[in-house]
Amino acid sequence: MSKVYSLGIDVGSTTVKTVILDDNSEIIRSRYQRHFSKVRETVAEQLEEIANEYSGCEFRLSITGSAGLGLANAAGLPFVQEVFGAFIAVNHSYPDADVVIELGGEDAKIIFLTGGVEQRMNGSCAGGTGAFIDQMATLLGITTDEMDNMALKAEKLYPIASRCGVFAKSDIQPLLNQGAKREDIAASIFQAVVDQTVSGLAQGREIKGKVLFLGGPLSFQKGLRKAFVNSLKLSDENAIFPENAPCFMAFGCALHAKESSEPMAIDEVIERVKNAKASDDIVTGEPLFTSKEEYNKFVERHKACDLKYADINTYEGEAYLGIDAGSTTTKLVLITPKGELLYQHYCSSMGRPLDIISSKLKEIYSLTGNRITIASSAVTGYGEDLIKAGLGIDNGIVETVAHYKAASFFEPEVDFIIDIGGQDIKCFKIKNKAIDSIMLNEACSSGCGSFIQTFALALGYDIAEFSQLGLFAERPVDLGSRCTVFMNSSVKQAQKDGASVEDISAGLSASIIKNAIYKVIRAKSTDELGKHIVVQGGTFLNDAVLRSFEQELGRNVVRPAIAGLMGAFGCALYAMENRKETSNLISAEQLENFTYSAKQINCNGCTAHCGLTVITFADGHKFISGNRCEKGAGIKVEGEKLCLYEYKYNRLLSVVEEKPAQPKAKVGLPLCLGFYEQLPFWHRALTDLGFEVITSEESTRDIYYKGQHTIPSDTVCYPAKLAHGHILSLLERGADFIFYPCESYNIDEGQSDNHYNCPVVAYYPELLKANTNELNDDNFLHPYIDINLEKHFAEAMSKSLAKYGVTKAQAKAVWAKSMEAMESYRRDVVKKGEEIIEKARAKNMPIIVLSGRPYHIDPEINHGIQKLITSLGLAVITEDSVAHLADTPTLTVLNQWTYHSRLYRAAKYVTTQPDMQLVQLVSFGCGIDAITTDEVRSILESGGKLYTQLKIDEINNLGAAKIRLRSLVAAMSK
Amino acid sequence: MAKPLFTVCEAIVYSATHCCNKKIRQNKSNRKDRIQLSNAKFTPEMKETHTILIPDMLPIHFGLIMEIFRINGYKMELLTTSHRNVVDEGLKNVHNDTCYPALLVIGQFMDALKSGKYDPDKTALMISQTGGGCRASNYIHLLRKALDADYPQIPVLSINFSGLEKDSGFKITAKMFLQMLYAVLYGDMMMSLYNQCRAYEVNFGDSKKVLDKWQGVIADLFRKGGFMKTKKHYREMLKDFSAIERKKKKKIRVGIVGEIYVKYSPLANNHLEDFLISEGCEPVVPAFLDFCMYCAVNTVNDGKIYNFSNKTTKIFTIAYKLIYKLQRQMIDIYKEHGEFDPPHDFEELRAYADKYMHQGVKMGEGWLIPAEMAALAHGGVDNIICTQPFGCLPNHIVAKGMSRVIKEAFPNANIVAIDYDPGATKVNQENRIKLMLANARKDM
Repeated sequence: MSKVYSLGIDVGSTTVKTVILDDNSEIIRSRYQRHFSKVRETVAEQLEEIANEYSGCEFRLSITGSAGLGLANAAGLPFVQEVFGAFIAVNHSYPDADVVIELGGEDAKIIFLTGGVEQRMNGSCAGGTGAFIDQMATLLGITTDEMDNMALKAEKLYPIASRCGVFAKSDIQPLLNQGAKREDIAASIFQAVVDQTVSGLAQGREIKGKVLFLGGPLSFQKGLRKAFVNSLKLSDENAIFPENAPCFMAFGCALHAKESSEPMAIDEVIERVKNAKASDDIVTGEPLFTSKEEYNKFVERHKACDLKYADINTYEGEAYLGIDAGSTTTKLVLITPKGELLYQHYCSSMGRPLDIISSKLKEIYSLTGNRITIASSAVTGYGEDLIKAGLGIDNGIVETVAHYKAASFFEPEVDFIIDIGGQDIKCFKIKNKAIDSIMLNEACSSGCGSFIQTFALALGYDIAEFSQLGLFAERPVDLGSRCTVFMNSSVKQAQKDGASVEDISAGLSASIIKNAIYKVIRAKSTDELGKHIVVQGGTFLNDAVLRSFEQELGRNVVRPAIAGLMGAFGCALYAMENRKETSNLISAEQLENFTYSAKQINCNGCTAHCGLTVITFADGHKFISGNRCEKGAGIKVEGEKLCLYEYKYNRLLSVVEEKPAQPKAKVGLPLCLGFYEQLPFWHRALTDLGFEVITSEESTRDIYYKGQHTIPSDTVCYPAKLAHGHILSLLERGADFIFYPCESYNIDEGQSDNHYNCPVVAYYPELLKANTNELNDDNFLHPYIDINLEKHFAEAMSKSLAKYGVTKAQAKAVWAKSMEAMESYRRDVVKKGEEIIEKARAKNMPIIVLSGRPYHIDPEINHGIQKLITSLGLAVITEDSVAHLADTPTLTVLNQWTYHSRLYRAAKYVTTQPDMQLVQLVSFGCGIDAITTDEVRSILESGGKLYTQLKIDEINNLGAAKIRLRSLVAAMSK
Repeated sequence: MAKPLFTVCEAIVYSATHCCNKKIRQNKSNRKDRIQLSNAKFTPEMKETHTILIPDMLPIHFGLIMEIFRINGYKMELLTTSHRNVVDEGLKNVHNDTCYPALLVIGQFMDALKSGKYDPDKTALMISQTGGGCRASNYIHLLRKALDADYPQIPVLSINFSGLEKDSGFKITAKMFLQMLYAVLYGDMMMSLYNQCRAYEVNFGDSKKVLDKWQGVIADLFRKGGFMKTKKHYREMLKDFSAIERKKKKKIRVGIVGEIYVKYSPLANNHLEDFLISEGCEPVVPAFLDFCMYCAVNTVNDGKIYNFSNKTTKIFTIAYKLIYKLQRQMIDIYKEHGEFDPPHDFEELRAYADKYMHQGVKMGEGWLIPAEMAALAHGGVDNIICTQPFGCLPNHIVAKGMSRVIKEAFPNANIVAIDYDPGATKVNQENRIKLMLANARKDM
């Protein structure tokens, strides 16, 4: 009889692991191999090796892993769920472990072993962790090993959004562009992974005791290990990193096989794996090109849109320099007055735009010698401020303006421009030779261009090679059009279903296009885009993407051969049109001695305490970034700032001062959600009923961290997440009880079909009570109250506060005064708004109605966006200071939420005021705004106004907001 | 009991048509001139000429409801398409952050209209919707918005009981309403017995045969009369299903709760019930009637919570009592037969809800979700899948927000929240469910 071994095969999203056990469950062979998406082939390869080494033996085997499920089904082999496999292995090798944390290529898992076994996996939103680290390394232009080494040398941590890769990217990019140290960023990335695991997976359950760390990233990356050990405050003996961590799941899987599978001949297994039928589930689209000829014609057509070139080595005369310091790439061009290209450069920013540009500038100077004079220069992009300050560039312009300049050079009739760059999608419609509307991608779908690059690398290709593969794919996979994190899962599924790399490449190109058209532009039909479309941005240099776009549109478009350089080219054209007497550009000599140093400090100008990066140049002048307002940059502001936000916030908080002589008890009101408007009402009511009213401390990032471990749903909006910390803050402040009513209905302003609160605002107290250990029926009162109804108010209040002797009559008596207190607050806001409008008009200052919900006045929620707007020379008022001035316009949706109804009226009012524009603040995760944004946009656009939306979250970085706002200002001034 | 039931149905239909709900009347004048979209009317003539398309939510129930409309002279067609273009059309026509059910339902309609299979001049669409503070109340408006450009002539009909259109050629009569109520009762029983049998059937397909037979029998009852003789039909149905040859060994039972459309619709939940069967489990799907009663009770509760009383609250108080009696009757007959698990008793569900949250949580599926989770766990169904559209607002609170307290009360409960969304892949969803099942198997 032949010898029988146990075999565990773990097929993950990026790797294949196999483990063979002998009779004593000892590992006698293990392998770890990247599969580059060739799942079946890699598994078969490993099995064949095994067949050679163990010929004639039989195996009890089992398959596990996220990509293993499909394979096991198709091949008819036993499968064990991977977390369960881990569980078996842990029980076997580390019976005294309390918690297991496993990070895989795209999954994150926690198993709590003691005190009630519980196993958790990341939801579909959390994105991958191994893949996330890979993406971030790509962004930094280094390998994961290099990143790991850097992280160990870090001195400082930056807050980086930990929810998903794309968010983190939006945080990291500006840090890079502002010159933050890469060592610090590397460590911050690992910290973000830790935060994600703790908040996203543990969800309120404490990670303590002996913790076992598993999976590839945790066994290879010391920086990540360190971050976990430090954050969880683990001692050395309580943090276990098993030697066989990468193959641990395969080990568990083999143990499982030993117990439950029948022995099989290895050849039989290989046969089955090789013949595993791909499922027919796979949905495919049209091939991009059906023949080589068709492709050649396509290439010829686009060649027509090329620039003329001039030779930098012979040309004499003036030239203009354009620089696009983009998020992931840096672009430079030098042109002649006729628009001929003398010099071009396109490269990854590697997180060091200043270094790259100064070295390229040196190169230009050495090439041009004394023949060429750079007469004027301009810069655009994320790094604009830094480059302008450091290298003495003459003009800084908004990206949108730069791109329009460049596009109209190639197609004077252009009416639509779409630019897909590394991280942004930008689209603008052009009307009457001016930018008419701007669409930028939401924070959640950024990363389009760099995504495909990261993907190519993950599959073992360089980007050019990878996109070429897709051109002649026969069955491009339909991967959907969601944000990139979701695409990861779609790709995983396609792989499982047996799609080839070619099909995936073509599918990814189509996804990027669909995402742009239907999600960013929100076009209902492709005709909406325009007739003369210019496409640009590095991503469009990819023929597969370009072809997908034309296919989706059913129309040919113009792609200039310098599609990747358009921002820089537009800058050069702008520099030419706006040349001054002499250029301020750093000279060749100055450049020789150019050095700088970067330092991180916190601004103490106000309570926001912005984290500042101070860059000091060799000549002693400084550049400060990270500041929201002028204070941080050390600029003194003349006169009063015209902004309603601070007034409103201070006016609201000012109500909590008086207290009754002998209070019945101390009642706490959390400064969150609905209280941002109803605080005056409840303060008045409870004070007059004989209570001392206190509020929670003002929101800060720390408030969020304080309550983070009690948040059960990681996709709820940030304003709701903050509520958790406020509840704990009230308990710390010694409130006898917290009063937080559930309000299905908000104030009835008589202007809408109904006057609901959104479900989150209405019922969040229920969630807080169920998820905060410290709360009980005595210290947390959340009666159901509709404050519009006097009689009901009296009933509900007396019932809820019966313990404190509050009677119906007493409660009834305070109602009218409480309503008046709230009305008085709201009247003051309106009055102050009128004052600001008047002052702004006296100064000819445009006015922005920064519209959101009452809780958007919380500085931790708005991140100081209003200061950014005032720093651009605009006045800021709120939606509720003008909503009463207009009647509800014609709507196509049900208008049934009080707060949202104000948006419609404010938008309507703005259309009647020539000097006003509306900017809508949207909290990420606000489902209701999926309905309001389209509606507000159509009200504004039908009234000839621009629509600008700013999506905000816990991300404390205003880079994207700044581009939008500056584009708005640029468009307004036309 | 037949007489008072009919009277109450009349009253509900009347009140729905005449909008006597206080909140709505208050603002009705505003609403009429404010919502202006292609609001094509369904004229009486259209009953002859037009085919009404309706998206499938509960395959068994909707089959019966379609039959009722047909009997009453409407031409109906149930949309059961599930190819990729349904989602693509949804993405094109609805804001991508809108909930998945809206995206699917509207996508399914647009896909059907663009397929060329239906003459747009002879087609109407029907959508069932609930009102209230959840954004789901906007489905019909989003649908009209989607139709606005290319299909302004297509009338959209809504089945909802807080505001039926008055002068429409489409009329739900008291009798139809009564029939629909019974369709829900019979549908629930068929769904429950079918799931309890097909997980154990010895000969593949036996349960389906019995189900098909009863689909026909009940449809006949609506056509020929006699559908109110519930006791007799219940008993016969139980007898038929119990005659199916079944394996004895108990399987892992998995409860399904969640947002109403995703919970039931195979299109939305990637055929979750079938998947569970293929994994060797018994799916336990709570009755649809519970959701209907939840809606009715919320109206009653509103009066109690906000201290008012009007015609609507009175009608619904009576209606609720009568429907509850019907449910009790069904449960009693299940028990008398003794072989199958009866549906949850709605009063018990309310009592469960009270342990975890106030019945004032009425947006979306509100307090019904924690109530069903607790009832399932109490009944020994420890494994519970909570299906929800990604980003569903009420579910932050009533589902994810309540799992902790329910797990505390039922330490064996294994609750898994699964998000459904155009980008969420089946492999991720199934992997999470498999993890839950691996745990459950360990305990068996």
